[in-house]
Amino acid sequence: MRRAVNAVLRRDLRLETRTPQVVPGMALFSISAFVVFHFALQEREVQGNLAAGVLWVTLLLAAVLGIARQFVADREEGGFEGFLLAPVDRTALLVAKVASLFLFLVALEIVAVPAFLVMLLGPAPTEFWRLLLALALADAGIAFVGTLVGALAVQSRARDLLVPLLTLPLLVPLLIGAVKISAPVFGSPVAAARWPWVLALYDLVFGLVAYAVFDFLLED
Amino acid sequence: MYGTRLRALSIATLITLAGGFALAAFYAPEDADQGFMQKILYLHVPLAIVALCGFIFAGVCAIQHLRTEDSRWDLRSYVAIHISLILGAAVLITGSIWARASWGHWWVWDEPTLVSFLIVFLLYATYQPLRFSIEDRDKQSRYASVFAITAGAFVPLNFLAVRMAQSYTHPRVFATANGGLEPHMKVAFYTCLLGMALLYVTLWKYEMSAKNARAQLKALRRRLGGDGAPAPRRSASPTLESA
Repeated sequence: MRRAVNAVLRRDLRLETRTPQVVPGMALFSISAFVVFHFALQEREVQGNLAAGVLWVTLLLAAVLGIARQFVADREEGGFEGFLLAPVDRTALLVAKVASLFLFLVALEIVAVPAFLVMLLGPAPTEFWRLLLALALADAGIAFVGTLVGALAVQSRARDLLVPLLTLPLLVPLLIGAVKISAPVFGSPVAAARWPWVLALYDLVFGLVAYAVFDFLLED
Repeated sequence: MYGTRLRALSIATLITLAGGFALAAFYAPEDADQGFMQKILYLHVPLAIVALCGFIFAGVCAIQHLRTEDSRWDLRSYVAIHISLILGAAVLITGSIWARASWGHWWVWDEPTLVSFLIVFLLYATYQPLRFSIEDRDKQSRYASVFAITAGAFVPLNFLAVRMAQSYTHPRVFATANGGLEPHMKVAFYTCLLGMALLYVTLWKYEMSAKNARAQLKALRRRLGGDGAPAPRRSASPTLESA
């Protein structure tokens, strides 16, 4: 199991380093989104809840781009068949894909969060660890939900249409939690302490659901 | 097999619903501060409860489908979601009317139940596009079941998160602090809820028996006509293969 996960994960990362597609795409998108927000809001800088909202909307939409690309190579180049022929547990593909999406999201945030701080944020951030906590919990949730949605949508003709339509409603609870946790960083009053637990519950539930149903998306 | 006792069920639904609405209109007292408008409660809340239960029921059927690989469970899940979506649209419309009447706005964001319902509705609205855009029949039903299970798990989580995120301005009709509904109202409300549940079951059975009859007809035609059997319709809604 561990060897299979490692192999698939290494393959995905190698694909991405040799022909960078997903991460540069998401990063460029996030910076364009900040520019668009600047002109749409007609603000030089944002703070408080507005800042948290701008950052998280950008991150979610960028994540949708990554989710849509996640299984495309597997479908078009026969990755699914290859994996199904190998005598390994199918959960290995789920784990590897969740891990690779998580890493891509971290790479996106390494670009997008500093860019946001420089380009749009007004006051200097305080209690930065709250943002890191929110990012870690939200990335895990997005990775689970995104892998499930990516695998669901990749077999359909309307993939590009379905991924955002499926992902955004599913991520609403996660967005609420992430915004509540990270808004104090940008100057809003601190929200209740239970939000990290709500996000953790979200991650747990979708982790279990993904684990339970992912096998059925691979049968052929 | 789905057609049995449909007439009796239809009549029972009609009587219960009509009786429930009559009780709501004439027997239950008018609300002190919302007046006659509060009567929409007897339509809006049962609709919402039944629609959500329908979504959960669809998730349970989907689990059965994945476990047994019996296409009948897939059909049940599909029909349940289909009818819940129709009721869901009615929930959003009646909720919007109620919000307009009691707060003066067609849409109020700090009403957690309605907002959660909208999110759930938006998610389930992609069920049919997802299903219809997968060509392979077998894959189609399996993927639809996976979707139904995921979305079924999402429903309670979503309600939890949205409720926690917002202030409480929704009229807490069942708030225990105020002692809950007045007893006369309770009788009318539960009759309406029962009627709505019966309506859901009736509609579900009608659609199931229609699909069943169509599958049987197709099988008979095939047996009768040999090669001259009608070409399969281009529709993505599930059909029974075994009948």
